[in-house]
Amino acid sequence: MPVPEIAQSFVGSVNRVTLGALPENGGTRTSTITIGGAKNVVYAGSFSDAGEKPVVAMDVLDTAPLDWPDELAKVYKDLWESPEQWAAKCVEEYGADMICLKFDGIHPDKGDKSPADAVKTTQDVLKTVGVPLVLWGCGNNDKDNKVMPEVSQAAKGENCLIGTVEEDNYKSLTAIALADNHHLITGAPLDINIAKQINILVSDMGFPTEKIVTFQSTGALGYGIEYAYSIGERQRLATLSGDKMMSMPVICDVGYESWRVKEAKLNDIPSWGDPADRGPMWEATTAICLLQAGADIIRMRHPRAVAMVKNYIDQIWQ
Amino acid sequence: MILIGERINGMFLDVKNAIAEKNEKVVQDLAIKQTNAGASYLDINVGTAAADQEGTMQWLIETIQKVCQTPLSLDSQKPAVIAAGIKVLNGENGGILNSTPLNKKSDEEVLDKYLDMADQAGPKVGVIALTMDKNGVPQDTDTRVAIAAEIVQKAMERGFDTQRLFIDPIVLPVKVPNAQAQPGNILAAMEQIRYLSEPAPHMTIGLSNLSQGTNERSLINRIFLAMAISRGLDSAIVEVFDEQLMNVVATSEMLMNRQIYSDSFLKVY
Repeated sequence: MPVPEIAQSFVGSVNRVTLGALPENGGTRTSTITIGGAKNVVYAGSFSDAGEKPVVAMDVLDTAPLDWPDELAKVYKDLWESPEQWAAKCVEEYGADMICLKFDGIHPDKGDKSPADAVKTTQDVLKTVGVPLVLWGCGNNDKDNKVMPEVSQAAKGENCLIGTVEEDNYKSLTAIALADNHHLITGAPLDINIAKQINILVSDMGFPTEKIVTFQSTGALGYGIEYAYSIGERQRLATLSGDKMMSMPVICDVGYESWRVKEAKLNDIPSWGDPADRGPMWEATTAICLLQAGADIIRMRHPRAVAMVKNYIDQIWQ
Repeated sequence: MILIGERINGMFLDVKNAIAEKNEKVVQDLAIKQTNAGASYLDINVGTAAADQEGTMQWLIETIQKVCQTPLSLDSQKPAVIAAGIKVLNGENGGILNSTPLNKKSDEEVLDKYLDMADQAGPKVGVIALTMDKNGVPQDTDTRVAIAAEIVQKAMERGFDTQRLFIDPIVLPVKVPNAQAQPGNILAAMEQIRYLSEPAPHMTIGLSNLSQGTNERSLINRIFLAMAISRGLDSAIVEVFDEQLMNVVATSEMLMNRQIYSDSFLKVY
């Protein structure tokens, strides 16, 4: 008796999204990134079902960070005053596929920089590196609504990924991202119902669902990673079942989340091992775990962690 | 939920006239509007509108394919009409051949013919098979399930993927004398049909038939659809312009955990 074919096939797949615009498409990027396309859960099905390789977006801040631990400061502190040089180092030396320009400095409590400052930083980074950019606000709704539309305009034509928009604050950034032809990050607080809702709200404004990347919030290893993992899994299964409002690629913020936990950042606990290894390992382990849940873009910080994760991606997504 | 829009049917006066006058726009508008309303497939039934059923089927398919990529459901009990249709059908996006019984007195091999034609039309083209055989439409649950089992077995034997197979347990008008037990029997049959293979065949119904001749057509359709979805129905030939009906689909799917809840869950279709 022949062995029956029981491999499950799915109707849906993760939307394929291309970020960055080359000169022939009206931008100035020297490379583009394509993510998504998976037709199965990670590790299941054939290699072609796995879709595009996930990518690493390395964090660059628009201001010297106030709370980065020693292991990160050792790598970056000489570059903190120059986001464009910082970005260049990430791309040229550490192999960043994308740069995530995070506008911490516009936050009222972290420097309260002006829209003009943010625009200049954006332009400087665009001039210095050729990879696609993620443009990420500070999380203060009022300030983001003032600054991010101008950042969006400054990067018009570059096909950036801009965000985040949330259920209670999405209209102005969605409208400007639509006008400036960027992709959009929809954010939700580890809540699959809100994640779907914000996608519906944004698409109701005429924003194409194929140009959305979702951010479900991230938990680091030991600090809620299981919630982020199970939401990622649930999103992928909804995608595969054909839910168009959940079929977007996923971005995770591993760098921020993993470097704020004590196991990654504390120096003076010898029994926990060498902090030079411990922090990067914590970041890499968090990233690899979330890649298995279906993440497409991982925001990261430490170059050693980036190297480990890129090596892992190259081995799994052949 | 795989919704098959029912409106391009020669039984409707606007379509009948459009066929007679070769008015492409009427047909194309219906195709686009049904797609926008949430139809995953568009049913095409020549009805009694034209003497040349084969030519009319081809004209309808070609007319729709000029403006709309939504997969089509070629609706005819006559294999020759379907055969004419698949000659012009773009089966790349899928399609459905609608429909065939297990067998007929006049044609023992009719199911095979439909499965053959689906294979010809493309690897994504499916078949709707009715739980009906040469003895007619069964009245009870067990015979419906037995016929469905034979259909599934036949498909599996010839390597026809059960995910391309739609079993239609045949909804009859509830108002017909002595037919009131039928809706309950159909639901009971559905409970069993979904376990006939792994993965299960799709199940579909021609919903509007249920309420023929009644005063509360929309209400009857809606309630039965919700009940059937709870028994595993995953497809139906419906009036996708009926907003209340579409809300029932969205709500039932959400309550069955087939769709993730969101505050705007009604906007899914």
